[in-house]
Amino acid sequence: MKTAGIDIGSRTIKLVVVENGEIIYSTLTDTTHDPLEQCEKLMEQTSFDRILATGYGRHFFETHFDVLTVTEIKAFALGAKAIFPGCRTILDIGGQDTKVIALDEKGTVSKFEMNDRCAAGTGMFLEVIAKTLGYDLDEFGKEALKAKDNIQINSMCTVFAQSEVTSLLAKRQKREDIARGVHIAILNRTLSMLKRISTEPDIIFAGGVAKNPCLKHLLKDYIGHEVKVPLDPQMVGAYGAAMIAQELNR
Amino acid sequence: MAEKDYRPMWKDLGLNLEGHDQLLNVLGQAYKDIYMTQEDRPKGMQYLDFVISEAHGLRIEELMETKKKGNKVIGTFCVYVPEELILAVGGTCVGLCAGAEIGIDEAEKVLPRNTCALIKSFMGFKLAGLCPYIQASDLVVGETTCDGKKKAYEILNDYKETYVIEIPQMKTERDRTLWRGEVIQFKEKVEQLTGRKITAKNLKEGIKIANDKRRALQRLSALRKATPSPISGLDALLVNQIAFYDDPHRFTKAVNDLCVELEDRIQKGIGVAKNGTPRILLSGSPMALPNWKIPFIIETSGAVVVAEESCVGERSTRDLVDEKGKTLDEMIDAIVDRYFKIDCACFTPNVERKNHILDLAREFKTDGVIHYSIQFCTPYTVEAYKVEKVLQEKGIPFLKIETDYGMEDMGQLKTRIEAFLEMVRG
Repeated sequence: MKTAGIDIGSRTIKLVVVENGEIIYSTLTDTTHDPLEQCEKLMEQTSFDRILATGYGRHFFETHFDVLTVTEIKAFALGAKAIFPGCRTILDIGGQDTKVIALDEKGTVSKFEMNDRCAAGTGMFLEVIAKTLGYDLDEFGKEALKAKDNIQINSMCTVFAQSEVTSLLAKRQKREDIARGVHIAILNRTLSMLKRISTEPDIIFAGGVAKNPCLKHLLKDYIGHEVKVPLDPQMVGAYGAAMIAQELNR
Repeated sequence: MAEKDYRPMWKDLGLNLEGHDQLLNVLGQAYKDIYMTQEDRPKGMQYLDFVISEAHGLRIEELMETKKKGNKVIGTFCVYVPEELILAVGGTCVGLCAGAEIGIDEAEKVLPRNTCALIKSFMGFKLAGLCPYIQASDLVVGETTCDGKKKAYEILNDYKETYVIEIPQMKTERDRTLWRGEVIQFKEKVEQLTGRKITAKNLKEGIKIANDKRRALQRLSALRKATPSPISGLDALLVNQIAFYDDPHRFTKAVNDLCVELEDRIQKGIGVAKNGTPRILLSGSPMALPNWKIPFIIETSGAVVVAEESCVGERSTRDLVDEKGKTLDEMIDAIVDRYFKIDCACFTPNVERKNHILDLAREFKTDGVIHYSIQFCTPYTVEAYKVEKVLQEKGIPFLKIETDYGMEDMGQLKTRIEAFLEMVRG
């Protein structure tokens, strides 16, 4: 039985197909202004017997295709546990939200927290600030990693931080130092959430922002032990949903 | 729905007619979407549907009628106002509008932006001229339950006479003495306003009316211990919300009638949710009419709310005034004692509230507790930490939500509540 999981996020839509617990297909596309059309396109490119939806767009998908849904909390929990069986803590930073999930020994969710309505410190924040500094998203983390100094960024609001960065640039501060400062600001925000929920290893870092090498490095430094990033950190939710769909068949 | 034209009455009351029409349209639609889409509602809820449809019409007309007879209408915002004293002299006690995101622009002219939604709402309703209850009131009674309200009443007083009752912050003997003084001073205020003396005879009657209402609500609450729950949390919340507006005699009868129907449902095993549906205790800040946001999300995510540990809920109905008192003094003391038990988060250390939450969680066989606090409501938002701690010790799942009356975080909240329910189901 081939089952699919589709994770409809604010910035990207991810589709994973699983057979016998193994990923046999995975793909990703931008969410755009028409997420439904994007979902249809993704589904046309592959085949599966059953699909389960997750992510912020799961409800429109549920209404349109009459399928079951699962929250991204549960999907990420199952996906991360399937990839790293020792997983006890999951940090997921996506396009517009951050979540921390604690798992008990059996792998069930025991506690979680999501950021409230504001996108501070998420992928969207990184995108806006990278652009202000003239980096593309891949460069941004790499350049920040090279910086010698950090410049403190006081604002976590995307709009305020952008103007703070602009004024730092006007003061002729080095942009890699500013970039590092921005990463540290996100780190601090993320750490306080981790401390409230769990910092128990294994800590899995997932979501699009996990592709950022600087943040991964900083997290490891500050937490004091390794933070594991899956090969394809953006696919964890869709993978988890596909795995749950496998279970439903039994 | 009666199609009577109430506009002349609203105009006389000084309402902003255009804004008020818009408000009624929005509320009517919200009620349809949230309430009328529920399945298997008890028939007894039809009375509540009617009261809601006439909340700004017939009920206001009734208030104007009683005023014509020389009786007074007193508007309140809090379960600390001793309703018995108002009822004793033939007065009517009504809750004032504070549960919708209305008149925010107006409210923010006089209040800081970071003010709790409930305070902003009552100020907005008044300044935008949209609450017929405050317009019909002869006096508004405020109370010092939090800094936001306390200071906002000073401003509200510029627009409508607002009498403020001081609520102590602790529960020592000294505090009780203060509270007793406040009750007596309020009694004098009511007597002065109405020109009528409060006597042992009429106060006995006032106590009975208020207690009968509470007894009916307690009966309703107890029926929700049944599995499956015979009534939705949304409907039960509505009953508790209407308790602040409706004529107490008529309301008490309607609630008792509803309870008879629910008892029959329980006997037949009829409920609003299947067995195995997660049962949730909703705890925290007051949910003033028409604030249905959190129970709506919970109940459209596959759970049922079985109790509200809230001012609109258990906090207002848990205790009765002792009816054994013979003299006026004894009755006043009974009132003082009854209100002094209220476990509002404005008290410190407020251990009672944590115990009540644990009791409710056990008695109602709840699968989890969702703590709701209005953003910037410091007492409940801070107390949530202690609540979480005691629940954690007992292994009761807990979710903390902080939000306002706006709708922009509905998606986020739905995800969090759904994830919580997934966790509860295991």
